[in-house]
Amino acid sequence: MLHYMGRRLLQLIPVLLGMTFIVFMLIRAIPGNPAQVILGQQATKEAVEALNASLGLDKPWYTQYFSYLTGIFQGDLGVSLRTKLPVSEEIFPYLAATAELAFFAMIIAIVIGVNAGIISAWFQNSWFDYTAMIIALIGVSVPVFWLGLMEQWTFSSKLGWLPTSGREDVRNPITAITHFYLLDTLIQGRFDQFIEVIKRLILPGVALATIPMAIIARITRSSMLEVMRSDYVRTARAKGQKMFIVVYKHALKNAVIPVLTVIGLQTGLLLGGAILTETIFSWPGIGRYIYDAIGFRDYPVIQSGILIVAFIFIMINLIVDLLYTVVDPRIKYK
Amino acid sequence: MMTGAIDIKKEAAPVQERAVGPWLEGWRSFKKSKVSLVGAGIVIFFILLAVVGPFIAPQGINEQDLAKRLLAPSGEHWFGTDDFGRDIFSRIIHGARISLWVGFFSVILSVIVGSFLGIVAGYYGRWIDTIISRIFDIMLAFPSMLLAIAVVSVLGPSLQNALIAIAIINVPNFGRLIRSKVLSVKEEEYIVAAKAIGMRDSRILFSHILPNSITPIIVQGTLAIATAIIEAAALGFLGLGAQAPAPEWGKMLADARKFLLNAPWTMIFPGIAIMLTVLGFNLMGDGLRDALDPKMKS
Repeated sequence: MLHYMGRRLLQLIPVLLGMTFIVFMLIRAIPGNPAQVILGQQATKEAVEALNASLGLDKPWYTQYFSYLTGIFQGDLGVSLRTKLPVSEEIFPYLAATAELAFFAMIIAIVIGVNAGIISAWFQNSWFDYTAMIIALIGVSVPVFWLGLMEQWTFSSKLGWLPTSGREDVRNPITAITHFYLLDTLIQGRFDQFIEVIKRLILPGVALATIPMAIIARITRSSMLEVMRSDYVRTARAKGQKMFIVVYKHALKNAVIPVLTVIGLQTGLLLGGAILTETIFSWPGIGRYIYDAIGFRDYPVIQSGILIVAFIFIMINLIVDLLYTVVDPRIKYK
Repeated sequence: MMTGAIDIKKEAAPVQERAVGPWLEGWRSFKKSKVSLVGAGIVIFFILLAVVGPFIAPQGINEQDLAKRLLAPSGEHWFGTDDFGRDIFSRIIHGARISLWVGFFSVILSVIVGSFLGIVAGYYGRWIDTIISRIFDIMLAFPSMLLAIAVVSVLGPSLQNALIAIAIINVPNFGRLIRSKVLSVKEEEYIVAAKAIGMRDSRILFSHILPNSITPIIVQGTLAIATAIIEAAALGFLGLGAQAPAPEWGKMLADARKFLLNAPWTMIFPGIAIMLTVLGFNLMGDGLRDALDPKMKS
């Protein structure tokens, strides 16, 4: 197991190196000069050149790439051209905001998706099965950003149940400790703020959860249907075991592997897809952070932001692979 | 002579009946599933809309009537009007052409590039395979939407560049599919035989290996069109795709955001149009998968 993990981590090295290279080259290809953007259109040619030199942008690309690469290994992700703050410091609150939202969304997606899939398989061809699968089909087809807008229209504008956007109430700001607001408010014993944070998570959380929820429900259903036909399930039922136990204990255990794969994949995709949800709900997350940086030609932020998201994406997939052995001890990695 | 000919016919007839091609067989099982037929129906409806739309739309794309701004849906304007007094129903009909165009052509582009790379990697193997496969790995390691945004920011925001970006992010999916197909077909005896009689590589690729990969490409391609349409709308929504005044559905949604409160119809209908088109392609793709490629059933 340790051996396998070590090999998987080693295999990541060329992929990660390749990613740094692709991102580096891609960012360099974005038209526009960052020094010009920082100084504005009125800046003199000399001023632009001086700033270019001080940012190291006048050096050849391979020198820039090499110094970027050595920087990464020393934990230096560059300094934002816009805010003049180190990206490694600045990025954390944005990451936390997205992570909290993605976590919340994934919980909704898993709890509802897995259970809907199980019940649909249990009562195959019932009205519940049909309704759930039709909703799931619509769920994978709905544009997330449109769903977010419709939610805002219904639940905030019309009904006034939930706040339209933002992560906190600006009149009642949250003191950040970990930048995970659910945790921060609990640590400080501010339950009023905790409720506020939950309220603000619901609409973007549901929007973000829709697609993974639908996919999880469909995979769970088909995986369960396959397992439910197997002999040991029939045996369990024949000996008079309660159906609930048969479904949730016996069958689910063997049906969970494909579900786990999809959950891992979807969690990763959530990070990339969050950019739309974050735009609609003014969520100060990593997607928004990178998107805004593109407008400002803020190379270090775009570079490191994309790289970090991709790195997390890879790690989640690795963790899922390793989880297989926990769920199914028959799987052994060598 | 005569009897001989009749005999042959008699014998040939049942053979012909049994030898139903894979396409007809696929169509028969596709036809059985009502859900896939609904999907195909939706897709055909939107294709027709894209073709004849401009002739049947009550108004032009940019016919403005400032006296009729933000009117609610009525007999005259079925889906209401937007902030320039343009008929939303007409704009949605015109928009079908844009969305389908991006969907089809981005997928065709990724299929062509992906097939080429996949074939080269799978057929020639060794270092070419290593390089191409690693590039696919790296591309798939990025969340696709993020990569698309990065590509569009390099190329500049426009519908055409959004199409290219979507095509690029889908290349590795098709590349991998074709590569694995090539790898499995390559070892078949008839390919070995073809090589033995001295058939050229290009001929083997085009007349033996490619036809074997057609069904998974069709299935994967149909589902990819659905995703591509959503991605194009998403880029349009972020201002990175189609530019004003094009009646692109995602762009229409972005423009309608300001009127969320007082004119929700400016937002509801373009969204439903996207959802229905995507739903159609998803249903059709699912149906095609079950009909053409039973092994791929999820």
